[in-house]
Amino acid sequence: MKNFFFLTILVTLVLAACAPEGPATLTVMTHDSFAVSADVVMAFEQANNVKVTFIKSGDAGEALNKAIFSKDAPLADIFYGVDNTFLSRALEAGIYESYASPLLANIPTEFQLDPQHRALPVDYGDVCINYDKAYFTDHNLAVPQLLEDLTRPEYKGLLVVENPATSSPGLAFLLATVKHFGADGYLDYWRSLRANGVVVVDGWETAYYTNFSASSGHGPQPMVVSYASSPAAEVVYAETQLTESPTASILGPDTCFRQIEFVGISAGTQKRALAEKFVDFILGVLFQEDMPLQMFMSPVNLNANLPEAFVKYAPAAEQPAAISPDLIAANRDRWIANWMEVVLR
Amino acid sequence: MTRLTYHAPKIRGQEGAKTLRQEFGAFISLWLRPSLPWLGVSIFLSLFFFYPLARILWLGLNFASLSGIGISSLRLTFDVLLFTLYQAFLSSLLTLLIGLPAAYLFARFDFRGKSLLRLLTAIPFMLPTVVVAAGFNALLGPRGWINLGLMRLFGLESPPIVFVYTLWAILLAHVFYNTTIVIRVVGNALAHLDPRLEQAARLLGADKWRAFWRVTLPLLRPPILVAALLVFLFDFTSFGVILLLGGPRFATLEVEIYIQAIRVFNLPLAAVLSLIQLLCTLVFSILYSRVVTRVVVTTAPRAAASNLRRVRSWREKLFVGGMLLLLLALFLLPMASLPLRSVARLESARGERAAVSFGLTGDYYAELFVNRFGSLFYVPPFEALANSLIYAVVTVLLSLALGFPVASALARPGRLERFLDPFLMLPLGASAVTLGLGFIITFNRPLLTGHLSLITSPLLVPLAHTIIALPFVIRSLQPALASIPDCLRQAAATLGASPLRAWFTVDWPIVSRATLAAAIFAFTVSLGEFGATSLVSRPEYPTLPIAIYRFLSQPGGLNYGQAMAMATILMVVTGMGILLIERLRLPGTGEF
Repeated sequence: MKNFFFLTILVTLVLAACAPEGPATLTVMTHDSFAVSADVVMAFEQANNVKVTFIKSGDAGEALNKAIFSKDAPLADIFYGVDNTFLSRALEAGIYESYASPLLANIPTEFQLDPQHRALPVDYGDVCINYDKAYFTDHNLAVPQLLEDLTRPEYKGLLVVENPATSSPGLAFLLATVKHFGADGYLDYWRSLRANGVVVVDGWETAYYTNFSASSGHGPQPMVVSYASSPAAEVVYAETQLTESPTASILGPDTCFRQIEFVGISAGTQKRALAEKFVDFILGVLFQEDMPLQMFMSPVNLNANLPEAFVKYAPAAEQPAAISPDLIAANRDRWIANWMEVVLR
Repeated sequence: MTRLTYHAPKIRGQEGAKTLRQEFGAFISLWLRPSLPWLGVSIFLSLFFFYPLARILWLGLNFASLSGIGISSLRLTFDVLLFTLYQAFLSSLLTLLIGLPAAYLFARFDFRGKSLLRLLTAIPFMLPTVVVAAGFNALLGPRGWINLGLMRLFGLESPPIVFVYTLWAILLAHVFYNTTIVIRVVGNALAHLDPRLEQAARLLGADKWRAFWRVTLPLLRPPILVAALLVFLFDFTSFGVILLLGGPRFATLEVEIYIQAIRVFNLPLAAVLSLIQLLCTLVFSILYSRVVTRVVVTTAPRAAASNLRRVRSWREKLFVGGMLLLLLALFLLPMASLPLRSVARLESARGERAAVSFGLTGDYYAELFVNRFGSLFYVPPFEALANSLIYAVVTVLLSLALGFPVASALARPGRLERFLDPFLMLPLGASAVTLGLGFIITFNRPLLTGHLSLITSPLLVPLAHTIIALPFVIRSLQPALASIPDCLRQAAATLGASPLRAWFTVDWPIVSRATLAAAIFAFTVSLGEFGATSLVSRPEYPTLPIAIYRFLSQPGGLNYGQAMAMATILMVVTGMGILLIERLRLPGTGEF
């Protein structure tokens, strides 16, 4: 039996030694939530005679840290998926090299948070509160419009949020409250939210599928911190055909935080030319139009048309909260720690 | 029956000057031969466990000077450590409380549906925590059946039972997960205990209880200790259960390591926490091996069937009936909601959410075969299943091949064995996040040629699974191997059997049952593992747990239903896998 072990190693080594000399490969490192249509990738592969391999390494945080740890001998030529709440960590670690893609001309400047173009915006999603439409009509309850409304007694115990220490949407929502109430005022707001029975869970899956009343889990809370695109997903992935989404987002001023995801070329890649082509491809219309229904994020390229489900059920926030990545980087951990002190202890 | 201690064979050299050859022979028999069984495991663990771990810890401790860790971090560390120990202690106690009578039930009584019930207790071990949390929520959550029923029965406004996000949820989930360890390890030993010892005690005038307390229980101490240690370590490093059922108010070391390393990027603190977790694991393992070497007793194992009896007296009936009810309530109820939800469409009438109507549907299973948006990462269910099974089979073979020699060596420990023994448990104490990052910095450079680096190889998944399965395999083999009396082998040798023949006729029949138990452990560890798998698996070859998580990461009723359907497939297939392994009659094992 012991031979089996050595045999396995041997086979691996042999396979390693005689890997076929096919077309060049381009490796893309990303997080678990990344998705793309097969024929879209194939279009790029055929046009450039290249094979694209994807490495997914855990959630967004885990994938970024892996990219940082392996930057001396990068595993991939492209890293896709750092967002604006962690952008500074990626830039400080120097995992990207600059590339001013010509396609940036089609992307609004408000998304271009890195002036040196090391990290290029690729998609965005508004983290918003989703609500269960049926609950509010049946209880003759007005839907809250502002963050302040959520502390009113009629909404006691109706909201579930994610822990910002373990969840990206949780962190995004915390940042929205920081933006709205200021670094001095947000803790008072959370104190009143706590007094009003806000429920905190570890992550999005639990919040949405266990606690939210309009999901398949049929939980106890009719409001959840999720994405502005979630109502569209509820229609697209409905069990029976729906003409109306069971959920909608609260799109008031500062009630949403705009999460922007970035892509970039790994510093020290051997395939710079191919990597540039891939970045152009990712920012181009074909990929940008494919992405909404694959990842339920919105395209940044102005020329990309949104699918019908998005237009109908997933309007974007008009005044999303925004905080500069540098400010987030400087204060994120302190904001989270103070939040935990106030809300959890 | 005292056991013979093992000495390396004495050198039969003449007094006086030794020849070079004798010196060499002495070297071989004193050092080389005892260390030979350790060769595979040492190489494997050094390469894939200790080296990556040492590198990442070293990096973490050097990343910034340790001055970055202030008083508040020390307080946090202390609080987290305290809670980790506290919940692990309570969980293990509860698990033993339920697991020991259950082990007795399975080892001593024959009743209808027994193998099915045993299977039921084994399945939780490989269910992903997200799915288990969904099951517990469907049962005991604020909108679970029990709360909804009570609310309707008594006309209550709010759910009477608060379960989720309490310590009880953590404890119950740990019992749910780990009772199978006690049943497997202790039950296996109990089934093969020589019944004549207890009979002798009865003949000498001891009543049933006295015979049990004075004879059976002391004989069972090593397996009970093994089970307790394994359960404790699993609870000690708990991650998903704490996050999903305990909620954000509770944090174990493992959870805090994830937060510090991944979210806060405070690597020094993460490294310190990882070190504390490893040190604790080492201390528990050392304590365990000290106790266990004192209490090992060899017996002549019997066929399991000779210990079985039908239920006769009313007391026995009460015991068996009560245990059946308890086990069914504990295992069947939380799990039943998964297959139920995978074929049921929940349609709540608008407004009256408590009244939920069911509609039967096969849509979720049908949808599994549809790649609705032509996704590159779509995987048909059978392919995910095949990936999982292939990984599991490789894990079983690899961990048995590596674990067997070591378990044999540990069964008659020399100085080397006593020293190395505690280190074998360390993989259970390493956090998946830490090790995952260690893998990255260690294996990101290509292996040998420029084509393939290990980090992107699909082989990495079974390697990671083997690291976790190895302690289980070794610990479940070791007591069985140690229980074989040397006199049997000596008798075989006297009758002219070669060492190999003696091994096959004496050791193998006794060991084969334990080998099956070990194989099932490795199999289930591999099928259920998520944490390490999500860090190292290739997106083209996802396992079933990975596929389940993929569905649960997007909104929509179809996604939820497909996750439940996938979980049901995982339950059914692994259940069948376990049954198959249990039914295996290894060649030459007779009725053992």
